Amino acid sequence: MTPLQLNTTPFHQRTAALAQGHAWRRWAGHAVLGCYQLHHDREYAAIRSGSGLIDVSPLYKYLIHGRDACRLLNRIVPRNVAKCQVGRVLYTPWCDSHGKVIDDGTISRLGEKTYRLTSADPNIRWLTDNAGGMDVVIEDVSRSLGAVALQGPTARDILARVADAEVESLRYFHLTEGTIRGIPVTISRTGYTGDLGYEIWVAADRAVPLWDALVETGADYGLLPAGILALDVARIEAGLLMIDVDYVSAHRALIDSQFSSPYELNLGWTVNLEKGPFNGRDALVAEHRHGPTWAFVGIEVDWEGLIELYAAVGLPPQLPTTAWRISVPLYVGRTQVGYATSGCWSPVLKKYIALAHVETRFAAPGTAIEMEVTVEHHRRPVAVTVVKTPFFDPERKKAGAAGQRGSGAGDGT
Amino acid sequence: MTAKRYHVIVLGSGIESLVAAGYLGKAGLDVLVVDGAESVGGTLVTREVVPGYRFDSCLDSPGYLSPAVVADLALAHHGLKYSLGEPLMVAPRPGGPALRLSADLEATAGSLRQASPGDADRWPAFSDRITTLAGLLTDMYRRLPPRPGEGGVGDLMTILRLAARVRRLGRVELMEFLRTFPMPVADLLDDWFEDDLLKGALGVVAVRHLALGPRSGGTAFGLLHQQVGATAVPRGRPIISGGVGHLAWTLEVSARERGVEFRTGTGVAQIVVTEGGTTGVVLDSGEEIPARAVVSGYDVRRTFSDLVDPVHLDPEFAAMAARVRYRGVAAKVNLALGELPDFTGLDATDLRGTVVLCPSLDYLEKAYDHTKYGEVSDRLALELVIPSVSDPSLAPEGGHVLSAWLHYAPFHRRDGSWGESEREAIGDLALRILQDAAPNMANAVVGREVLTPLDLQDRFGLTEGQVYQGEVALDQILFMRPIPGWSHYRMPVGGLYLCGPATHPGGGITGQSGRLAARQLVRDQKKGRGRRAWT
Repeated sequence: MTPLQLNTTPFHQRTAALAQGHAWRRWAGHAVLGCYQLHHDREYAAIRSGSGLIDVSPLYKYLIHGRDACRLLNRIVPRNVAKCQVGRVLYTPWCDSHGKVIDDGTISRLGEKTYRLTSADPNIRWLTDNAGGMDVVIEDVSRSLGAVALQGPTARDILARVADAEVESLRYFHLTEGTIRGIPVTISRTGYTGDLGYEIWVAADRAVPLWDALVETGADYGLLPAGILALDVARIEAGLLMIDVDYVSAHRALIDSQFSSPYELNLGWTVNLEKGPFNGRDALVAEHRHGPTWAFVGIEVDWEGLIELYAAVGLPPQLPTTAWRISVPLYVGRTQVGYATSGCWSPVLKKYIALAHVETRFAAPGTAIEMEVTVEHHRRPVAVTVVKTPFFDPERKKAGAAGQRGSGAGDGT
Repeated sequence: MTAKRYHVIVLGSGIESLVAAGYLGKAGLDVLVVDGAESVGGTLVTREVVPGYRFDSCLDSPGYLSPAVVADLALAHHGLKYSLGEPLMVAPRPGGPALRLSADLEATAGSLRQASPGDADRWPAFSDRITTLAGLLTDMYRRLPPRPGEGGVGDLMTILRLAARVRRLGRVELMEFLRTFPMPVADLLDDWFEDDLLKGALGVVAVRHLALGPRSGGTAFGLLHQQVGATAVPRGRPIISGGVGHLAWTLEVSARERGVEFRTGTGVAQIVVTEGGTTGVVLDSGEEIPARAVVSGYDVRRTFSDLVDPVHLDPEFAAMAARVRYRGVAAKVNLALGELPDFTGLDATDLRGTVVLCPSLDYLEKAYDHTKYGEVSDRLALELVIPSVSDPSLAPEGGHVLSAWLHYAPFHRRDGSWGESEREAIGDLALRILQDAAPNMANAVVGREVLTPLDLQDRFGLTEGQVYQGEVALDQILFMRPIPGWSHYRMPVGGLYLCGPATHPGGGITGQSGRLAARQLVRDQKKGRGRRAWT
């Protein structure tokens, strides 16, 4: 009998061979590497100054096609899918009937009547329940489709050299079809790092040669395979939220306070109340009218304050060596006004940053509040300031290639 | 031309739709009833299928006809006449004395004594017990079902009233009530009786329109449900002068007198929903009729899968709606007869009541065994009525009309669906079973109409041929009917109500759901509840 094991990704043969410390982590039922090297800092550095190659195959992926594909997605998500043209990608959360977020992911329009939805959690039942009475076919392609993210300032140059596809002109949140050494791929200019980057979608049985092609070509461009510890730092810098860490899915929340609406997650920009009926619309209309109770913000820890706290016990300031994902209380005076859910030292910004839920009245950038830090086993308040996210937002994220027209803002991230 | 805007459009003209329309008209609302059929009545239709012979083609009885509805809508004034057929139920016994169940306990005991003195002795206590327990249901069926976990005053009052009523039952009866509900009816009957024929006949009553056998859990509840409103076992069948279609007709006349308008011959294609609430309907012809509220007499599937655009439904609700169980299991055979069947030991006056052909619970359970696997047994139970015995106007001089329900004929056949040859086969089978009990039937049949479960769906709009618009089983009653949490007739689309047998208290109980649905709508209207002002 085969012992019960986590699934492996289509790139496993290559990723496993590189695992210096066997730092396997669980992601959606798959074994993936936290870091390939013994520490993730070089992998992180690759993302910000060369390119990181990240196996993101554990994402759930659904192919949705048929006459009502757009109608189905449009009734599920608060963004207007009808405005998504062929070759475009949009990011969106989706809600239950009470307007509380179930999950978030991307919708790629692959054809006139064909879309691909990615999600962090399994959604097949939710999709099926929503598809009642509609002329649509939903295919779970999570296992048959591999995905690898190529993220960093040199990502475009690598793809331009290895891919037979329109990469140079590919704009932010657009996708294109092509081949890499003869392997058919879809390349989307998307990612979870807030940097210039692409995600490459490939049939699972062609994943290994694709990996080889990218690694070989990337050797000249500072490419390193990067694990999810490095990715976690990058996504916090990018201000991108993570299910189960920064919010609880409405499908798993047990008590009222565990549910979050898109407005409460700083995703109000994805909600289109004018587009017609969609799940949770009535509740969101009401919330929009009254205003949300909570806000999801970025905070920066006051460096001087941290130095003082540690100086008091005779130590230099101590910093987290990896991103943390626990709930940390935020105070104004003695009153708790919120909690941070993920945080890290940002090597590129040289700042200690975190993503946090705060009561709306404390959400304005510049608001001074306090966060609890544990200094040598003692809990202490340190000053923090509410700031805008993304913390790190390089121009290259959306910019065109040299000589190419930039894709600009308002492109629907 | 702008179409007239009604307060309420009622979909379908089945009996509950007509009752709801009558009450709404009585409340002073502008009401329009829309039905795709040419004439009103839905499943209550009396038609001349064979020249000279008029049949209650689909349902042959309104079940328990709520006296409150008859009075409120002045149906007697509009010509409704009905009486209980007596004896209530008979069953011929091959080579022995027939079984006669009568409203008179002594008479029934007398009949039972011939087969089993013990059964005869126990009959009065059994009848009393069943009548008491069913009485509790009768009480619950008159009101909105209490919803567990809802803190409303109305729910609390219903629960308190129920608790008071339960207290009056006494300890033994309360225990019996709780014990009986989930029991297989076979166990209940075995507790009391030994005569197979008696148990077989009552078993048929308990599994009426259920995809369950007498040894399935919850069928004792089936018996209680069929006893609602009764003072004797079995409930008996109100025989309506002129056929069941006449009941529909008097309801229509009563409704018209209250200003209700009717549009027949054009069905509804869509319930229009704007901003989460209904604003009217679109007919098959494309014509849109605006209204402030829509009351659907159709079942959950027809209403929500066919008529409402799914994007307006909460997917959790839609998923629950899709899970409603239908599973029709009965076929109908209508026979035009040149003479009365000559059942052993039964004379013409005995045939005023229901005739059951089912020798034992084993026989019934074996017929059900096939149903589980999508097959039709060649030994079915028949429950038949011959309304022309009481109302000779239904057939030519000397002739008779006979309507029989066949248990079981599963909608979902393993070998595919119901076609022409399957229809003829089950008609022949019914005739063969009838001939075994009454040999003179071999040459007495002048004409016949056979309705398979698929026919019931296609011709009467009964999903999966389920005449109660969804099984009346333990998990689909009270606050769970039609959909758990949505038992108070208002649906999650603003201004949309359900009123058919799909809703509490369900099929076999006539008039209550239409009455309760209309009452909810009128209350909402008075409170200005719902999305749109009613003025």
